[in-house]
Amino acid sequence: MSEAMDFKVIGTRPIRPDGVDKVTGRASFGADFSLPGMLEGAVLRSPHAHARIKSIKTDAALAASGVKAVVTGADFPQVAAGAIEGGEGGGDFADLAGNVIARGKVRYHGHAVAAVAAQSRAQALAALALIEVEYETLPAVLSLDAALAESAPLIDEGLMTSGLAEPATAPSNLASVIEMGNGDLDAGFADAALIVERRYQTPTVHQGYIEPHACVGRWGQDDQAMLWCCTQGAFDVRSMTAKVLGQPVGSLKVIPSEIGGGFGGKTTVYLEPLALLLSKKSGRPVRMVMTREEVFRATGPASAATIDLRMGFSQDGKITAAEATMAYEAGAFPGSPVGPGTMCVFAPYRIANFRIKGMDVLVNKPKAAAYRAPGAPQALFATESAMDEAADKLGIDPIELRLRNAVEEGDSAIYGPKFGPIGLRACLEAAAAHPHYTKAKDAGVGRGVAVGFWFNVGLQSSAEVHINEDGTVTVIEGNPDIGGSRASMALMAAETLGVPYESVRVVVADTETAGFTNVTGGSRVTFATGMAVVEASKDIIAQCCSRAASLWSTDEDMVEWRDGAVHPRPGVNVEAKPLSLKDLAGKAGRTGGPLLGKASLNARGAGPGFSVNLCDALVDQETGQVQVKAFTAIQDAGKAIHPSYVEGQLQGGAVQGIGWALNEEYVYSPEGVMENAGFLDYRIPVASDLPMIDTQIIEVPNPGHPYGVRGVGETPIVAPLAAVANAVSASAGVRMTELPLSPPRVLEALDQA
Amino acid sequence: MAKVHVPFDLRHLAEGAAVLEVRGTCYRSLMAALRDRYPVLEAALVRDKAFVLDGEILDSPLLEAVAPASEIHFLPRIGGG
Amino acid sequence: MKVHVQTEVNGEAVEFLCDPTATLLDVLRDNLGLRGSKEGCGTGDCGACSVELDGALACSCLILAAETQGRSVATIEGVATPEALHPLQSHLLKSAGLQCGVCTPGIVVAAKHLLEEDPNPTEEAVRYFLAGNLCRCTGYDKIIRAVLDAAAEMRGEAA
Ligand code: FES
Ligand code: FES
Repeated sequence: MSEAMDFKVIGTRPIRPDGVDKVTGRASFGADFSLPGMLEGAVLRSPHAHARIKSIKTDAALAASGVKAVVTGADFPQVAAGAIEGGEGGGDFADLAGNVIARGKVRYHGHAVAAVAAQSRAQALAALALIEVEYETLPAVLSLDAALAESAPLIDEGLMTSGLAEPATAPSNLASVIEMGNGDLDAGFADAALIVERRYQTPTVHQGYIEPHACVGRWGQDDQAMLWCCTQGAFDVRSMTAKVLGQPVGSLKVIPSEIGGGFGGKTTVYLEPLALLLSKKSGRPVRMVMTREEVFRATGPASAATIDLRMGFSQDGKITAAEATMAYEAGAFPGSPVGPGTMCVFAPYRIANFRIKGMDVLVNKPKAAAYRAPGAPQALFATESAMDEAADKLGIDPIELRLRNAVEEGDSAIYGPKFGPIGLRACLEAAAAHPHYTKAKDAGVGRGVAVGFWFNVGLQSSAEVHINEDGTVTVIEGNPDIGGSRASMALMAAETLGVPYESVRVVVADTETAGFTNVTGGSRVTFATGMAVVEASKDIIAQCCSRAASLWSTDEDMVEWRDGAVHPRPGVNVEAKPLSLKDLAGKAGRTGGPLLGKASLNARGAGPGFSVNLCDALVDQETGQVQVKAFTAIQDAGKAIHPSYVEGQLQGGAVQGIGWALNEEYVYSPEGVMENAGFLDYRIPVASDLPMIDTQIIEVPNPGHPYGVRGVGETPIVAPLAAVANAVSASAGVRMTELPLSPPRVLEALDQA
Repeated sequence: MAKVHVPFDLRHLAEGAAVLEVRGTCYRSLMAALRDRYPVLEAALVRDKAFVLDGEILDSPLLEAVAPASEIHFLPRIGGG
Repeated sequence: MKVHVQTEVNGEAVEFLCDPTATLLDVLRDNLGLRGSKEGCGTGDCGACSVELDGALACSCLILAAETQGRSVATIEGVATPEALHPLQSHLLKSAGLQCGVCTPGIVVAAKHLLEEDPNPTEEAVRYFLAGNLCRCTGYDKIIRAVLDAAAEMRGEAA
């Protein structure tokens, strides 16, 4: 994108194409589908956090009333190790298969051990109770310290640490080590007038999507299978499920339902391979739906983390050196997002001397899954807390301190490459001028500032644009619409083709209908799939121009596309009248056949997203209760295609971050049983906890996208943790370094102060 | 020759070098040249890191052209939510 | 043994056979094919299954289907007329008060109930009334605005 553009529909706020279905209850989500003869499946889950499975007896269950099939780990093929492609870094197929169903050993409380399909859910549940599993329990490893201790019980006896200078000689719970560094750390700290050094800790939290995982699987006698499921990526479900079952990818059709939230947690498979194998054994379609308790116990938490941070500052607030040692819990299989965490931790700043060490650590908890900007919230909670403390101690305004260190276009990120145009400085300046920041605080209120960052990704996308015979437009793509993306796609198609938004319908199709596309995640859909929609629309324009030229018996360079129609250039015969998309659609049969535009691409140029959050919080000195009084999220969106949904991303991410900061955490018993596996005790923010969430969209166009878009979905959850903690620290008068800032923890800090 | 920035935690596999000058006109020839000099490093890069060409993270760089002035980084892989 | 139940759903007489332990939510979804009410938790904590039972707001996951004998149930499917959406529905669309949309049916049912009780609620009243309806996507801001706008429209004020 070169110069400022004059948009017709982009930047407006039309009603989303799937809106009426979703407000009337007509939209079909994961659990809303059924097939004739369908059975109900249920999963037997481990009652232990760590145990060897000595035997499993299923005969009684299989003989029970209504039961049609039982599967255990022994029914699944062995899956060889191999990296899972598609941008969900850190995954391995063998681990994925081992997480879907335990073999030999259970690694967390809730790990799937067997599954049953029966005519009713009640029968399936009754049959679970008849499965006899003999366990030899093992000590559970539940914290980073316990996992890394000498002689810690091993969760994976074959796990050798990768990334060490000297190859590991004995197995441990440390899956991998990542180190980054530059400059002279000692010299940098020697130059510092102020050193902030602290340990920061964040708990295990859950994505908390309101829709539990659900699917319906049907396996045919010809080994062709079908899956209906709620997922962020039908093609990923297809490849993962095919791998776990040892089937060719082409034999499986995945139909994505509407999806009731995912936030990264629905980028993998849990039930899908079980449902299909049960269907294969029973010869009947099988539906499986998780309970909320299962969702907490067996799916996607985000990694707990402990970060030891040390930052040095000159008297005028320049960072002279920075050091971070970051340990992230992977859960029961390797693959925490500590890698991106190490790259994010100092990403907003220019730092010449730094050293970062990241550790991916196994514990007996569910395998961590992606959660919005995976790895970044924990990392920037630490850095942005330290920045706040430094600003306070140096007597420099916290926004000013950040401005003095902020990266700009042309700077090398601490992880290596140079930044293109980025919006950090613009966000900071907007924050400094924002009424939220300039107005006086109420008595007792603390005000916190924090910066957020996420890389954003591109990856592979496809799109088709079909022009119907009356000139209306159908867009076909494969990314489930998790937050209004159909509207964004329709806006970009309408803008490119010069037609009204209302004439474009967007279809999210299944894996046999849409071209391949990577997940709805990584903040990539509006960027990458949007780019495919724009290119497919341009393909239509090229075809229209060529057909009009033929109709006018002239060359293609004698026609031009403008305002939704092909226009003759001067010199073409005078009879030639502009031909609109509708005109050409009506003549399609006589000019070469249907108008069908296509694009498939591996998108480049996803621009990083920066944000600044402001939070006012009031601590009740008696109870330790924190009230968020005001919150403002400012973020660079490149170009907001549908501003309401961009604001929605900022607000939703802010509130998830507020929950992470204030309430949410997995509470474990000493035996490794999660004690708060329900929404009553795992408390996500509710409407009455919150104020309005103000937003300000900054637009620093991303040159990598035809309309300047950069991803917006993930950055919003990064800054709130520190913004809230900084506000609470200010209100309480004591520095809070461990989340969540629940009333007991705040009270304890107040007492000690 | 292209500049290959060796990840901090793999520098021991390149005799401590932070930056290597490597000849190559495309991803494949560049990695082949790297393999000739530091086979263990090359294997570790392919296995554990994402290839970053002039600031662009490429998940499938097979056919990528590399210019003499190109800068190459290798980063931990990034997942998305 | 199944129980035979006769009740009224969205103004229509219905009858069904169900297990004595089946919840109203199960029966609405599986026996009657009314799948607009969602199960987010099954324990009364999320509000995605909100319905009205004899005019009282309730979590259908906590009600036994057998208890509805001779009573009247109103679900999300009965909120819009064939001609028009309810103002709450149109304002949720206009304000982008939904992202994934799975919480939306419950929010519409609960907010409609609120506005029938209190046509002119404050922001705080709306927030407290909807505290039992979890939404993980929106941060509630646009939902609250949509409810306040719908209330204004229903009172005949320009929203
Ligand atoms: S499903 Fe009834 S309250 Fe959650
Ligand atoms: S819109 Fe997704 S839970 Fe409310």
